[in-house]
This record gives sequence, structure tokens and C-alpha cells, in this order.
Amino acid sequence: MTPLVAVVAFPGSNDVEDAALALTHLGAEAAVVWHGDSELPAGVAGVVLPGGFSYGDYLRCGAIARFSPAMAAVRRFADDGGLVLGICNGFQILCEAGLLPGVLRRNRQLEFVCRDVRVRVERAPTPFTSRCDPGDELTIPVKHGEGCWFAPDELVAELDARGQIALRYAEDCNGSVADVAGVLNETGNVLGLMPHPEHAVQSLLGSADGALILGSLVDAAGERVPVAA
Amino acid sequence: MKATVLVRPKDGILDPQGQAVEGSLRKLGFGVSEARVGRVVDLELETGDRSEARAQVERMCAELLANPLIESVEIELGETE
Repeated sequence: MTPLVAVVAFPGSNDVEDAALALTHLGAEAAVVWHGDSELPAGVAGVVLPGGFSYGDYLRCGAIARFSPAMAAVRRFADDGGLVLGICNGFQILCEAGLLPGVLRRNRQLEFVCRDVRVRVERAPTPFTSRCDPGDELTIPVKHGEGCWFAPDELVAELDARGQIALRYAEDCNGSVADVAGVLNETGNVLGLMPHPEHAVQSLLGSADGALILGSLVDAAGERVPVAA
Repeated sequence: MKATVLVRPKDGILDPQGQAVEGSLRKLGFGVSEARVGRVVDLELETGDRSEARAQVERMCAELLANPLIESVEIELGETE
């Protein structure tokens, strides 16, 4: 079946259309949800929080977006086991909302980084990496100023032991602790990552490796009975 | 009542912004061995009660103004008007 995947648009999100287009390209039906909406569309089988600069990244990136009505719906959806993927600013929002561990800080080099990076798949299969094998190296672009993931050492060790570190940079691009590029929640239904898979879904774009991540999400969403939001 | 919240990067947390400031100050000839950069939030509270004000600002810090993973906070209350 064609799964319905919601893409949440916050004021300042700028990858809403890219995410929706990539999901559609990979066989999903994408529905854009406004941040003021307090419900997700009926029958939704997955949610993507896209990249951008929600609420101008004021205070801390993602800190204000987490209070929006749509995020309350996303939290209920995630708590019920729904699949949620946060890309870049979406990752930052999920961390600030407490749905994912850690926090994203200013890049160590204090410079915005915008280039292709190699990312190693640490954990597969998951609903976001079923099209990959552990150890696969994917080429996916990053574009962020605040992508330096941080968590205290004890927390990193716990996450590692539980297999929650799904993706690591194969090359340092922002100073993230333990090279973390993407992290899962404890139940494995929420993933946040700084690289942008939606910008790498066709070889014409330089890489199609992002389709492995988003395609995995579309596969998993298609297999799921929609969770009532 | 006025309240001021000082948000600082926690001790031990890498502060690249502070390091850049430190480096620039050194280039200007100042003898600086460390700089850490935080944030100041000035608030005008509706309450005039000091303990109520402190409790409110502590909640604000926990819910929004700071991320306890990386930031420490110090709350200063102004004179009661």
C-alpha cells in the first residue's frame, strides 16, 4: 500500500518541499502539516520533521518549535510507536523535545558546513536502515551550523550499548561526540540525523544514498497499520 | 520585579565560541587565558514576590531558557518595586 507520511512545516522550515518530493519519489504519499495543526492527518503512517531554521533558531535551535501544537501531536504519535524521522533542524527539535537523547550545538569549527559527507551505518536493520547493511558507507550532504551532537560520556556509552547510535560520520565534519550523525530513541521508532537524505535520492543530485534511508522509512511505513494520532 | 538569567556553558563543556573570543582578545594584546561565552535573559516579571519570582524563573529555565545537558544557570532578582 502507499503509506501516508506527514511532513511538518514550521515557520522557518525550508526543506518541506524537498522532503515531500523525495518521499513521493520513493512511493509514499506526502502530506504537509502546518505547525499550528494539533492533529496529524488520519491514517498517517510516518512523520518527517524537515530541515530549516524553525522560529529563526532563536534561543537554541529547535527549542521553540517543540512547543508548537503539531509537536504535541507528533509526541503522541511517537509515544504510540509511530515512525518519526527528524532531519537536521528536525533532529534538533526532537532532541530539545526530549524525544531523542543529546543536544545539537554550534559546530566545533564555528563555520557552517555544506558538503557531501560519508556516513557509516552502525545499526541495521531498523525502520530507517532496512535497505542498508551495518558498515555501509553512504554519501549524503550536510548543511548546518549547529550539528555538533553532544551527550555526556556515560550517556554515549549507554546509547552505544543499546544500539541507539544508528549512524556515524566516517569523516569529522562538525566535532560531534563519538562521531554521531544519527541517533535512535530507545524503542527504535524515532530517528534524528544531521545529514539530508532528501537531497540525495537520485544520482542526478550527486548521490542516491539518501534514498536508502528514506526508502527504508517508506517501506516500514507501508508495513505498519496506521497509528491513531 | 526584574529578573536576570545568566546562561553559561557548563564547566567542562567545549565552548568553541569562547575559544574564538579568547584568541581574538590575545591578538589584540590582552592577557586572557580563557573566555567563555553565554547568554543573558532580562525579564520583567508580573509578580513582586521574591520567592514566587525565583520559583517561576527556575521553572522557565528548566522548561525553555537553558538546556541542562550543556548549560548552567544563575538567577539574579532585582529590587522589589
